[in-house]
Amino acid sequence: MTLLEIKNLQASVESKDILKGLSLTVNAGEVHAIMGPNGSGKSTLASVLAGRNEYEVTGGSVLFNGENLLDLSPEERAWKGIFLAFQYPVEIPGISTTNFLKTALQEIYKARGKKQLEAREFLAMMKEKMKYVEMDTKLTSRALNEGFSGGEKKRNEIFQMAMLEPTLAILDETDSGLDIDALRIVANGVNKLRSKDNAFIVITHYQRLLDYIVPDFVHVLSGGKIVKSGGKELAMELEEKGYDWIKELQAAN
Amino acid sequence: MESNTDNQLLEQYTQQEYKYGFSSDIETDFAPIGLSEDTVRFISAKKNEPGWLLDWRLKAYRHWLKMAEPEWANIHYPKIDYQNYYYYAAPKEKKQLNSLDDVDPEIRRTFDKLGISLVEQMRLAGVAVDAVIDSVSVKTTFKDKLAELGIIFCSFGEAVQEHPELVKKYLGSVVPSTDNFFAALNSAVFSDGSFCYIPKGTRCPMELSTYFRINAANTGQFERTLIIADEGAYVSYLEGCTAPMRDEHQLHAAVVELVAHADAEIKYSTVQNWYPGDKDGKGGIYNFVTKRGICEGKNSRISWTQVETGSAITWKYPSVILKGDNSVGEFYSVAVTNNRQQADTGTKMIHIGKNTRSRIVSKGISAGKSHNSYRGLVRVTKNADNAHNYSQCDSLLMTDRCGAHTFPYLEVHNPTAKVEHEATTSKIGEDILFYCNQRGIGTEAAVNLIVNGYCREVFNQLPMEFAVEAQKLLSISLEGSVG
Repeated sequence: MTLLEIKNLQASVESKDILKGLSLTVNAGEVHAIMGPNGSGKSTLASVLAGRNEYEVTGGSVLFNGENLLDLSPEERAWKGIFLAFQYPVEIPGISTTNFLKTALQEIYKARGKKQLEAREFLAMMKEKMKYVEMDTKLTSRALNEGFSGGEKKRNEIFQMAMLEPTLAILDETDSGLDIDALRIVANGVNKLRSKDNAFIVITHYQRLLDYIVPDFVHVLSGGKIVKSGGKELAMELEEKGYDWIKELQAAN
Repeated sequence: MESNTDNQLLEQYTQQEYKYGFSSDIETDFAPIGLSEDTVRFISAKKNEPGWLLDWRLKAYRHWLKMAEPEWANIHYPKIDYQNYYYYAAPKEKKQLNSLDDVDPEIRRTFDKLGISLVEQMRLAGVAVDAVIDSVSVKTTFKDKLAELGIIFCSFGEAVQEHPELVKKYLGSVVPSTDNFFAALNSAVFSDGSFCYIPKGTRCPMELSTYFRINAANTGQFERTLIIADEGAYVSYLEGCTAPMRDEHQLHAAVVELVAHADAEIKYSTVQNWYPGDKDGKGGIYNFVTKRGICEGKNSRISWTQVETGSAITWKYPSVILKGDNSVGEFYSVAVTNNRQQADTGTKMIHIGKNTRSRIVSKGISAGKSHNSYRGLVRVTKNADNAHNYSQCDSLLMTDRCGAHTFPYLEVHNPTAKVEHEATTSKIGEDILFYCNQRGIGTEAAVNLIVNGYCREVFNQLPMEFAVEAQKLLSISLEGSVG
């Protein structure tokens, strides 16, 4: 079943064109890795899909479950099941992760017309999902991300993803700044969430993460377009040959 | 946020009307407009006051004439024409009120609209209410029940008639009639307010509450509240205020005096929601208020908690004089300004006794084009050994066009004093809002979540029902304010 259908997407930020005709189809049950050099438009793609305001879509279309995604506000996209694990998660003083997630779930359930969780059910769910990323209760009761280490913030992103149970999760360079142990914990969390009903877009600069989260497809983004697609072996090839290889490939085209 | 839906939200909410902006058609008895010795005499005569009180008023009035309106606060407004206000407006009474059935039905409807059904309050056995419309207290509930414990809770006017010795002893003992421009004005023309006395060793079994309502046009409201907790007594007191929407500015200059004797405790909570004016700054209440308490005896405690969301201008510094040894003063404040509102508010903690402690937690929230200033004085006098103050002043900015200012003053004359001050300024940035939005929390809900988290320490000080009301008020005051 087609979950996401991006056709010829063009987008700019501060009048600078970044995405220049990107097309991608993601089906339920699939994990797509998007790799590419710095400035190729990886994070722009994540931001455009999540609906960040500063990014202007100048052409193309994005359908999510057959519906025009670009018409929806960021929160409406979240209600429909889109989740973005941020590259740089923000700190919000005065609100604990627990309280934040309680509010998020309430709003999402309300929008979906789903019965609200009772306090007991919510806490049980928290306890269960915290195990996915070896999250400490000390962290969830503290103000959201305030004073968290880089690794703790990324773990918190995956923990939130586990709680919100999205149908399409976009991981924006979740591996950046993680040591190998943290990387493994985060990847394990993601693997536990994989199912035939959801899909992942894993954005990364390095092949390393893909040793742990094994993708079904790898796409290489360069100059705002997907220039090469393949299976997981493409990531290995990239690791060996480097991004210059892609640039040459592009020049040859 | 620039997207269409956000703009619509913003429009919808900023255009939401002030909920309490109705005016009631109550027959009103006015003093002639303007202010003179005759006005003061008129009010005193209307209230059937003894000679000493008239003299006290006249002394205040004559002193006021020589005083200049203070200009040091960080607020700007056109010169007030004090001759253009009515200084006394009372709902016309047809006869002496003996039961609730005698209260003017229109007044009762007014309070019903405010959500303070007097009859309902009687039944709920939770809170004793004194209700003040314009200049006169219209009804005090639970008086008889409180009287059994020796607690006096009545209108100020009634206290003058029935407990003159207490009024004479304490009136002006904390805020002298010549204290400042607005306190002097109040002392000259105050018309009513609430009076409360808790006898020795008595714990007041219910929250005492006064609701103030300005109704008549062009009317100043000058109420006076006097609360005395005798040795070992405890009382928690709540104050709420609303006013109709009117294009002209209305003047409110109240005085509140608290006296806590040895081992006594007074908690005074305010949810101030006077009409703030429209989004262009037209109309709204000028709120110039003097609130001060004295911890007279040892081990006494006074705690001020305020949630200030209303008024075009707020000028208010609830203070504590820590005279008794080991006494404690506290000030917890949330002050919200939106649109064109201006607030200059804070506290004074005057440490005189030994081992006195004070705690100041001030949370300012500025939105729109408003200006919000914290102004606080901590003074430790020569003999106040081991005094300890902790101050925390936080500012939260919702837009790029508003202002937050902090003016802390420290005067320490004793080397054993320990004074701590912390301050933070934060802004609800686009990145935080987008993060919340991405998690399914819309902008309005996100602002509420963040603001409530930010204010929690102050809300925790409020009695439960009041805390809920305060949260609601805050969300109404800030709807559509991010940008």
